[in-house]
Amino acid sequence: MLYSKSKQKMEKIHDLIIIGAGPAGITAAVYASRNKLDTLLVTEDIGGQAAWSGDIENYTGYQFITGVELAGKFEEHMKKYATEVKENEPVSKMWKEGEKVCIETLKNIYFAKTAIIASGKKSKELEVPGEREFKNKGLTYCAICDGPLFEGKDVAVIGGGNSALDAGLQLIKIAKKVYMLNITAELGGDAIMREKLMKADNFFIINSAEVTEIFGEKLVKGLKYKKQSSQNELLVQGVFVEIGLIPNSEFIKDVDKNKYGEIVVNCRTETSVPGIFAAGDVTDVPEKQIIIAAGEGAKAALEVFRFLSKKRT
Amino acid sequence: MKNVKVYGTLACPFCVKVKQFLKDQNVAFEDIDVAQDEARLQEIVEKTGQMGVPVIEIDGEIIIGFDRGKIVQALGLAD
Repeated sequence: MLYSKSKQKMEKIHDLIIIGAGPAGITAAVYASRNKLDTLLVTEDIGGQAAWSGDIENYTGYQFITGVELAGKFEEHMKKYATEVKENEPVSKMWKEGEKVCIETLKNIYFAKTAIIASGKKSKELEVPGEREFKNKGLTYCAICDGPLFEGKDVAVIGGGNSALDAGLQLIKIAKKVYMLNITAELGGDAIMREKLMKADNFFIINSAEVTEIFGEKLVKGLKYKKQSSQNELLVQGVFVEIGLIPNSEFIKDVDKNKYGEIVVNCRTETSVPGIFAAGDVTDVPEKQIIIAAGEGAKAALEVFRFLSKKRT
Repeated sequence: MKNVKVYGTLACPFCVKVKQFLKDQNVAFEDIDVAQDEARLQEIVEKTGQMGVPVIEIDGEIIIGFDRGKIVQALGLAD
């Protein structure tokens, strides 16, 4: 079998395997390479959530940059060094065998002395009828990607936090009308973003609304929602689900996680398993920000360097 | 030479990546911005039954999303 063949071939033990190539994973790769660690980076995509962000105005050094541009700069910086990168390879399983960390993807199995989990988060689903059926048929989890497809149309953003506000800000420039359906009584998120939205005359907020169904034929035609005791229908061609994120941590069973599934780390980015570190949005570190994820990635790589140096002496 | 079309929007990260990938491989392609052209958007809905981008068409073969393996195969490139 091809699989077992490649399994044998890959019996090399790296100093470090980094999982994920968002701000945390890429920064860890830069630091690890500069410390001459033999590093392999395994990831589904490059840029992570940063690439899906709209306008970024709080990454120091850039007063304004788009998510795509910043992710591009990260990638360029990483590729300046000789880190080996395996893209399009999401990790399916990882575990520790004695001193060795084993990482399995759909294509291969890799080994290392240490690992940094920087696999980030993914969009949470609404879990209502019609959601799966109309995914990419008017329903989407990425305003920056799919927003331009709804030029001059009516759309709904589901959610009320920062990612919903960000989607709203992208969409008021494109769509005819933007409705925001928020399950709580008031919008959350940053005040500065809320104010910008409230100024737009094509923006409408529906608070205390619980979406119950997405409907349509070939493509989305609208959604149903409950507000107090009343059932309502809203006709829109686009539905943007922005109700939060869940950590990509299901592939590892052995490390401690909190009730949200985030990997618990201490201030040195150590997990409950020696030699396995974690950084960025997949961890329980408070505040999910690009700059914080990048900083945690740097810390993790330096901790790995320290961990390996101790082993040598 | 294969007839390659990329249906996408300006800002979508994977549209940017797929176009960069094709350029790096010296593959000429038609760059179609579906946000500017309702009819072309309808075209991908009809061809793929969905409206997510990018959609890559290589000699009539449709690939949805930036799937490097499938693109390489359809183009007959060495990876």
